Amino acid sequence: MKKTSIVILVLIAASIVVLISYTGDLTTYETISSAKKKEGRFVNLIAKIDKQQPVEYDAVKNPNYLSFTAVDSLGNRIKVVYHNNKPTDMEKSERIVLKGKVQGDHFECKDILLKCPSKYKDDPKAIKEQLQTSVN
Amino acid sequence: MNYIGEHLLPGRIGHFFVLLFLVASLVATIAYFTAAKRQDLSEKQGWLRIARIAFAIETISVLSLFATLYYIISHHLFEYKYAFTHSDKSLQVEYLLSCFWEGQEGSFMLWSFWHCVLGWVLVWRSKKWEPGVLTVISFAQFCLATMLVGLYFFNSKVGSNPFVLLRNETAGPIFSQPNYLSFIKDGNGLNTLLQNYWMVIHPPILFLGFASTIVPFSYAFAGLMSKDHSWTKPSLPWACFSAAVLGTGVMMGAAWAYESLSFGGYWAWDPVENASLVPWLTLVAGLHTNLVYKNSGYSLRPTYFFYIISFTLVLYSTFLTRSGILGDTSVHAFTDLEMNTQLVLFVLVFFLPAMFLYIKNYKTIPSIVKEENTYSREFWIFIGSLVLFLAGIVISAKTSVPVYNKIFGTHIAPPEDAEFAYNQIQVFVAVVIGILTAITQYFKYKDTPKAYFRKKIWIPTLAAILISVAVSVFGNVNYVKKGPGFLFAIHLALFAAIYSVVANASYLWLGLKGKIKAAGASVAHIGFGLVLVGILISSSKKTVLSWNTTGITPLRADPKAKGNAAGDPAENITLFKALPTDMGRFMVTYASDTINEKDRKRYFEIDFKAKDGSEEFRLYPDVIKQNKGGEGFSANPAAKHYWYKDIFVYITSFQQNDHEDTTRFKSREAKAGDTLFYSNGLMVLNKIMVNSPELKSKYHDDETALFLDITVISKDGRRYPANPGIALKGQELRMITDTVQAQSLVFAFNRFLDEKTGKVEIGVKESSAITDLITLKVYEFPMINVLWLGVMIMVAGFILSIIQRVNGLSAKLRKAS
Repeated sequence: MKKTSIVILVLIAASIVVLISYTGDLTTYETISSAKKKEGRFVNLIAKIDKQQPVEYDAVKNPNYLSFTAVDSLGNRIKVVYHNNKPTDMEKSERIVLKGKVQGDHFECKDILLKCPSKYKDDPKAIKEQLQTSVN
Repeated sequence: MNYIGEHLLPGRIGHFFVLLFLVASLVATIAYFTAAKRQDLSEKQGWLRIARIAFAIETISVLSLFATLYYIISHHLFEYKYAFTHSDKSLQVEYLLSCFWEGQEGSFMLWSFWHCVLGWVLVWRSKKWEPGVLTVISFAQFCLATMLVGLYFFNSKVGSNPFVLLRNETAGPIFSQPNYLSFIKDGNGLNTLLQNYWMVIHPPILFLGFASTIVPFSYAFAGLMSKDHSWTKPSLPWACFSAAVLGTGVMMGAAWAYESLSFGGYWAWDPVENASLVPWLTLVAGLHTNLVYKNSGYSLRPTYFFYIISFTLVLYSTFLTRSGILGDTSVHAFTDLEMNTQLVLFVLVFFLPAMFLYIKNYKTIPSIVKEENTYSREFWIFIGSLVLFLAGIVISAKTSVPVYNKIFGTHIAPPEDAEFAYNQIQVFVAVVIGILTAITQYFKYKDTPKAYFRKKIWIPTLAAILISVAVSVFGNVNYVKKGPGFLFAIHLALFAAIYSVVANASYLWLGLKGKIKAAGASVAHIGFGLVLVGILISSSKKTVLSWNTTGITPLRADPKAKGNAAGDPAENITLFKALPTDMGRFMVTYASDTINEKDRKRYFEIDFKAKDGSEEFRLYPDVIKQNKGGEGFSANPAAKHYWYKDIFVYITSFQQNDHEDTTRFKSREAKAGDTLFYSNGLMVLNKIMVNSPELKSKYHDDETALFLDITVISKDGRRYPANPGIALKGQELRMITDTVQAQSLVFAFNRFLDEKTGKVEIGVKESSAITDLITLKVYEFPMINVLWLGVMIMVAGFILSIIQRVNGLSAKLRKAS
């Protein structure tokens, strides 16, 4: 067999090994109840901020502590703790992806991804809302 | 209903030119295709003339579309949805263009504009390849035009028109009134992240990069159609151009992220970043195999494949960023405009025919049966290209997880540490590519005498080993977070990167004898090596300066404890206005803030004072209020640049005291040694001081001053001193209040209650209004300038190569004629 063919095969094999090992690192999107069942496992939670509950963040006391309640589409709730600053516009977001794990009674969050109407302004619903505010 | 105050003419003009653009590009495609197929010269010329006229009309249409949309945005005609959603009246003139690329429609227009520019250069230069190459480009223009028509065919929406009226697109009670426009006072404004000078320049360059990948693809496609493989000569400068511009565009995006986004870095392996990096990798692979074919006759088949796949990946990246599919994994992607089917078709309509022709003609594409010599340049270049391509495929596969989820209905999410998942693989790609770029030029095409190779290579090898060992030993690159294996890989990659820089620099003398005209490749490789060095050092030695050391309780968790999210660094530090705060090497103070009316930004002045007195400087990070959609703000970092590092600062939150202070002083009685409580802790009255010399600055020489020495201990264990006092001058009495800003406490020394027991009355006010404060993150990026310098050198190398190739082509043409 040709040298080049051997190299090609080796490299392709390496890429496949890399991709297979990557699948081992992958996590899953979960709801609150299914995340609770996987306590201690790193998951991605798709939820909303429960606006009835207080969002606790006081930069005077501790700029690296944020706590709020998340509610998912099934109506389940969980307290979320995030050891970082409060993301801008968090209250405005329609949907959040929380990355972290359930620990005891709360969700220990490592990273928050927001989906804000301001970022997604072509969304027809967002336009309608903004039209309302600009008229008022 | 007759609506009042609408300007409908620009919209009609816009609609007209969209349709003209669509028709003209279709005509150009057909005419160019026919011209390519016809053998008869006069017939060919006739079709070519029609095609060029159509292409000219197409160009005029695109320019008119730009002018019309610009008119609508700059005149604030909010009856148009595009102006309403993407601009407002307060926007500065320099950002009006940025409104174009905030929306998908505008960025499609930008793309087709570049196609026009590239197309005319090709009409002028490409001679016999014009019909074939421009068939493909015109067809791409047709596809882009369909993205703008915004019509419905069989209930499915085709394209999204930038000239639609707000009232036709949105339902709302206000549209039942004829004078609805008088209620719409302002538009939604441009996303604050885009209000930045990088955002004026980055998208046009990036889109030129995207658009230019079609040229090598078109040459390859035209070659497959005509079974003529001589296109590999004119395609080389184009591939260089494309690699240079796309590379610049991607790195400008990185610079934008670094300078104006608060992601805390220049690269995050975000899907959108990956989507533009991957075509660059495959294009560079194609560029190299193209060179190999030109010089040795090997690697023509991979060249075809790489050029086809590069453009396909550009289209795929368009699909990824515009379909809204990345919504859960990326921080910056467009919204779903219900054009997903169309976007998928856009990819397939180029990929499938090209692959069909490629496979059909595979056997007829010339290829040398005898395999490459191990001591030849073509062998090692081919290996390098293959590694680049596979690295791109691996990145692309990881980025495409949301696509599998969509297709198979799964719920797979990115790994816990998504960046590391990329880094741990790509660091080895850096090792291989670094070493290959170092040694390959020392090989000659076909065969290299072993003695020659050894004689030339040992000097740069030795130098690189010495330098990189010195860097490893003294450079304090000690990234232990991911274990010793990864740290070793970083050091190995550092060696490879330094080797690449040193060997290519030496080659300028050893191989080329200083002939700078022929040095494009070496210069580009030096730049690439420097980029790697910059990335490796700045990322592995990035340090957090704003480490919160102020003794806040919940964050003292053991960072080594696995699975403890709280073990992550507490990267935010709180600064109270005018209160110097201890931050590692520095004392930092939030001195003041001002609002600039022109750009509507609030600038914070942060004073840095090195504790050892060696330096003192100020930084001005700012925040800009979100447009109408949001309530918060977005932060723009500021950086202090040294030649060997950057100190990088951005505001993560701020609170301003704008409430009226309504709380009153409460009187409390105490004597020395007593403890009083307040809502957030306790305070101890230590003693009463008469004419205290430490507080001399607070009273005059002719006054008698009494001060209380109070220590406030808050719940979280922090201690603050407070010294309220009174100053007496004859019968005049002056109150000297003191505040503990962090606890919102104000103290007054009211009076002595009992001279004998030393009982005093203290006025304590717990202010409900919070004091002005900000939270900051401060990072240090060492050697980041090596990265930017590397990018510039790499681009300079590409430009040298382009000049060399274009001159070579012209010389050949002159000789032929």
